[in-house]
Amino acid sequence: MSSVIKVENLGKRYILNHREKSRFPTLRDEIVQKAQGVGRRLLHPLRTSSVPLEGAAGMEEFWALKDVSFEVKQGDRVGIIGRNGAGKSTLLKILSRITEPTTGRVSIKGRVASLLEVGTGFHPELTGRENIYLNGAILGMGKFEIRRKFDEIVDFSEVEKFLDTPVKRYSSGMYVRLAFAVAAHLEPEILIIDEVLAVGDAQFQQKCLGKMEEVGKADRTVLFVSHNMAAIRALCTRVALFEKGQVIGQGDAEHFIRDYLAGADSTTALWTRDNSISRPDGICFTAARIETLDGDLCSSVSLTSSFRLIIKTCSTSDVIGAQIAVRVTNQEGVPVFTTTNCDQYGSLQTMRKGEHTFIVIMPGNLLTPGRYSLIIAAIIPGVKRFDVLEDNLSFCVEDYGAHTALMKDGRLGVVSPLLKWEWD
Amino acid sequence: MEPEFDLIIEPGGGIGSYWRDLWRYRELFFFMAWRDILVRYKQTVIGVAWSVIRPLMILVVFTVIFGKIARFPVEGNAPYPVMVLAALLPWQLFSNSLSESSNSLILNANMISKVYFPRLIIPASAVIVSLVDFLISFSLLVGVMLWYRFVPGWHILTLPLFLLLALITALGGGLWMSALNVKYRDFRYIIPFIVQFGLYISPVGFSSGVVPDQWRLLYSINPMVGVIDGFRWAILGGGVVFYWPGFFLSLALCLTLFLSGLAFFRRSEQQFADVI
Repeated sequence: MSSVIKVENLGKRYILNHREKSRFPTLRDEIVQKAQGVGRRLLHPLRTSSVPLEGAAGMEEFWALKDVSFEVKQGDRVGIIGRNGAGKSTLLKILSRITEPTTGRVSIKGRVASLLEVGTGFHPELTGRENIYLNGAILGMGKFEIRRKFDEIVDFSEVEKFLDTPVKRYSSGMYVRLAFAVAAHLEPEILIIDEVLAVGDAQFQQKCLGKMEEVGKADRTVLFVSHNMAAIRALCTRVALFEKGQVIGQGDAEHFIRDYLAGADSTTALWTRDNSISRPDGICFTAARIETLDGDLCSSVSLTSSFRLIIKTCSTSDVIGAQIAVRVTNQEGVPVFTTTNCDQYGSLQTMRKGEHTFIVIMPGNLLTPGRYSLIIAAIIPGVKRFDVLEDNLSFCVEDYGAHTALMKDGRLGVVSPLLKWEWD
Repeated sequence: MEPEFDLIIEPGGGIGSYWRDLWRYRELFFFMAWRDILVRYKQTVIGVAWSVIRPLMILVVFTVIFGKIARFPVEGNAPYPVMVLAALLPWQLFSNSLSESSNSLILNANMISKVYFPRLIIPASAVIVSLVDFLISFSLLVGVMLWYRFVPGWHILTLPLFLLLALITALGGGLWMSALNVKYRDFRYIIPFIVQFGLYISPVGFSSGVVPDQWRLLYSINPMVGVIDGFRWAILGGGVVFYWPGFFLSLALCLTLFLSGLAFFRRSEQQFADVI
């Protein structure tokens, strides 16, 4: 079979400007910098103008992708995996022509549709019907194509009753379903998908995965980025593993997923803030650790025993409605549960200025054996994210042979609680 | 380029295929314009009437202050309100286009960072929305002309040409401002100034005939002077003295604005997704 995507020595460079405080450069900054440059040249007329970037104005180069080469054959379903910041999203952005590469080239054969987000271009004021047309056009469908598939799209989305309601009145579930329904009816030869499945309820996710598998089976080429190894396993035949902007391996999916997960085996039970990095305003984390109930640092816990998560924060002011949330994610990337400091109050709390320590008791006999990572966030729900620790803490649940030994297959499932049974 | 591949992505490449892409995405262009038109007056009570009321208000103020109190001279034998409106409509087309299109890229930032399409579509569709507004408010001019029983001559047939010139000027300015606004948000604050001053600097409330002859050519550096003079000539007809040197200067500047805007937009376009 012939290659439909050929990537050769692809690279993407970003320039980071450390001095810049605000996100957007203003004219003033630019003028000041230009003037400084001219001033320098006047003072040192003999020096050549090729000042290294770093020296110039606190700039630094960052290669999000470097020397990436691979080929995708027609009908391949390729999963792209790697840690955050490995360059997966940058690759997809280049492949879908949103941003230009700095070096190298990509050759593509066939019609490409890329889905980096569902519902791009949805306008809240427009009705469901109008948004189907608009979103279809944005994804590259023609008017007649949309008209032909309209009923099918509506059917798939399960929102026919609200077709003439502005989508701003939709529930978030309905919104996502409608958005995905449009996307799922694209008929490209090459489909590029970023983690769009992370939204929507589980049942609908399943339906979408099913629809996408259909797409793959119809001899279409699929490129799929996800942290969810279960989804990758279900959907992809091949995998490309990325690390620090480079492809470090590609081939059979099962093999590489196992490798990737094994590489993630190292666990860390302690995190402290690096003081050289400036602290975000509002609430920030200063330290976090996982320990036994006796207070010993531990990154490997027994299936049956409880353990503690300790989080230390510092608030620069009183924050109303703040929440500390902890999400436990298993090695397949599936969130197992999320808990917050408001769990027991049922309402949001005010976080006073100063330092706080939070202690969460994680019960034993809940998680199945395996590796888990934690995402810890300080937020005002739906309003603001103060600070997030992502994958900085992780731990292993080990089975020391208690009750699972009773059953040969272990206890299949995402969790393995011991429940109370009654019988007569 | 290997013949078997349809698309080659390279740094700085794709110039040739750009115009082909623009044609391929023409439907999206119509959809974007259609969306903006639909959204424009959603959840307003009087809806489309706004595009008539706004010029009407300005017309009333200008007529009372400049026409009745200050007694500005009129061009030819046209009534003052007709003369003002013939200039106000193209001016509003220009100023609305400029402010709408300069913000358009930022308002659609989400689309730009998630989907590919020729970015030119966004500011261009913002101009189309202003054109629709213009056509609606044109009914006001027709109404005022009926009221004063003013019959235009054959010159009115040239109006579409001047309309085209107004659109090109508006799009040219819009391309410059939208591309600059992506990188330097300062322009968000500059544009209201341009629009506000422009109304008084351009010959909207008065005839450009009141400008002394020796300054007339200099005055025509404002590209809207040519557009507005053209509109007046087309609508008011015979009585208007057309100042050709100034018109050609404005025309040249309009085209320069448009072409340089296009070139600048094309050059900055590739970085929009990284900067926005």
